[in-house]
Amino acid sequence: MIQDIDVKAMKKNAFRVSKERGMTASRVRVPGGLVSAKSMARIVEIAEEYGRGEIFLTNRQGVEIPGIHMEDMPKVNEKLKTIIEDTKINQEDTSQGYLASGTRNVVACPGKRLCPFGCYDTTAFAQRMDHEIFPNNRHVKVAFTGCSNDCAHVALNDFGIIGMTEPQYDPNRCIGCGQCVDWCQRRSVSALRLEKGKVVRDEDRCIGCGVCVVYCPTRAWTRSPEHYFRVKIMGRTGKQNPRLAQDWLRWVDEDSIVKIVKNTYAFIEEYIDPNAPEGKEHIGYIVDRVGFDEFCEWALKDVELPEKCQRATRVYWDTKRYDRDNNLR
Amino acid sequence: MGYVLDGEGLDGLVRELARDYLVFAPVRKVGAGRFTDVDQVIYDFVDDASQIELDVKSDYSFKELLTPLSQTLFYYTEDQVREAGGIGAAGDPAREGDARDVLVLMRACDLHGVKRLDAMYLHNGPEDSFYRRIRDRVHFVLLGCPQTFEHCFCVDMGSNVAPDNWEFSLERSDEGYACAVANESLRPLFERYATASRDVVPAHVTQNEVHVRVPKTVPLELRTSPVWDEYNHRCIGCGRCTLVCPTCTCFTMQDVAYTENGRVGERRRVQASCMIDGYSTVAGGASYRKQHGERMRFKVLHKVYDFRQRFGYDMCVGCGRCDDVCPEYISFAACVNKLSDAVDEWDAQHEGSVARDA
Repeated sequence: MIQDIDVKAMKKNAFRVSKERGMTASRVRVPGGLVSAKSMARIVEIAEEYGRGEIFLTNRQGVEIPGIHMEDMPKVNEKLKTIIEDTKINQEDTSQGYLASGTRNVVACPGKRLCPFGCYDTTAFAQRMDHEIFPNNRHVKVAFTGCSNDCAHVALNDFGIIGMTEPQYDPNRCIGCGQCVDWCQRRSVSALRLEKGKVVRDEDRCIGCGVCVVYCPTRAWTRSPEHYFRVKIMGRTGKQNPRLAQDWLRWVDEDSIVKIVKNTYAFIEEYIDPNAPEGKEHIGYIVDRVGFDEFCEWALKDVELPEKCQRATRVYWDTKRYDRDNNLR
Repeated sequence: MGYVLDGEGLDGLVRELARDYLVFAPVRKVGAGRFTDVDQVIYDFVDDASQIELDVKSDYSFKELLTPLSQTLFYYTEDQVREAGGIGAAGDPAREGDARDVLVLMRACDLHGVKRLDAMYLHNGPEDSFYRRIRDRVHFVLLGCPQTFEHCFCVDMGSNVAPDNWEFSLERSDEGYACAVANESLRPLFERYATASRDVVPAHVTQNEVHVRVPKTVPLELRTSPVWDEYNHRCIGCGRCTLVCPTCTCFTMQDVAYTENGRVGERRRVQASCMIDGYSTVAGGASYRKQHGERMRFKVLHKVYDFRQRFGYDMCVGCGRCDDVCPEYISFAACVNKLSDAVDEWDAQHEGSVARDA
């Protein structure tokens, strides 16, 4: 049988090239990591009918179905239709499988839907973000985590969004038991202290994790009605210069974040290395090349940051450059 | 004698009452819970019927009015002392100097709770003047309970039927709202806002899902019963159970000297909890009940045994708020039942011998 396959088109269609000739894996997108049991059953069906009965859970909360014969890709795409619709992927045509694979699955920890510490609905924000930025061929990684604990490892993403709450203090409800002070020290950053029987919060040190609110036995500490966010940028793994994302914005709002990430796609189009392998270049490398100020110029276009938002005018990433020095000494 | 009101009638009634009284009622505080976007029902002053939460058990009780979480008792300068005035939260400028009486909306269990607070603050040695000052201005409105809430065990504690110290009652009914009016002087007011008059008997709970068996006596030997041991590792000593309890009365003092002039300051009293670190700490740093199991024993025995020795009835009113709030899913009700089992076991083993009461 003649095998004449456009591998580049196949990859964009979210099928992997595997080491076994003629075999591929279908990559199912799961924005925010939440998939219905019905779609999961459909994934099982595909794995049993076209794969080898195995399902691989990816690092970015997607699902891969390995062991698929390349000639079965159109049939798999047909089967994927209900999943694409069910997960509300932003595609008018749902019959051809996924229309891109560059922009990676948007990751989210369980957030406030499950976790006592989650400061916002991570799943909903991830789904909204996915709807805004996918399908797109540019290699962009966005991840959401409910609080500063960063269980979702957002510090390894181009955009890492961390939930924050601004603790509200009612001294009339405070009995000075000191549990918030104690837990802030043990679980967070020691931003609280007892002074004359009441609690004082160091606003600069506070990371808005909400630990004080969770442990306060009297509701002297409550959450701010607004949900705030900290945005870390340009984290990455990889061979050359892996590094953790660094803080860029804090006390920022949801709408600004959506705009900023969308704006970044225009920045990439303008400055991406035309010779980048497979048209993929981590944004961070582009920023390293063209300068942070230029990135800010593009990313913040038409963005009106709320007055409360603090922005780092310089961001430093200090890590090993393996492309220059692989010496352990 | 009672009245039936529609929504509009209740609005008018509450608005008019709020002119003559401070009205203190359970209020849904949006997003004020521990967890993101979770509401909390806490007592607060209202001037509108729409602010009153009638349909759920309040997370914290009415007692924050009578025994505020934090209350400044007096201010001192170098040569003068001034008593702090006002009702409700200390330092709340809106209430400071407001001399009106207070109407508090509460359920049957909480009304029984008032009796316990009175016992502790008024009938247990010298009267507490700060408590008396507020208590004298408080009148009660009974919120009927058409059905039990989760974790309630009022029936077994005998606090499901309200005592007779309420002015009128309020609950939802098919027609809107039904009120029984006990205070004759309020009749003209109800006549103005009611759509009809009929006999109203406030609804009360007759059956809870939770049942507790309270021990009649507790032998002193059970002080070291294994019943308490599990709480050494389960309980985190956060004190939420006691802070939501309508009958816990413990407080401690804070003497505060102001930073700018250390010879000027204030004395506050704040609620204390036998479950929280520091409660039984004495001079030199020793603590009588370091283990959480020991604290649990102290609390549980006080609620269903020790208080009865002094006042003749149990302190606990079975509202179940402690079971609602515990982050470690420790059930007070279950603990009381475990204690009763242990008492039964002890009795069986020591048949014929006389136990020393705890």
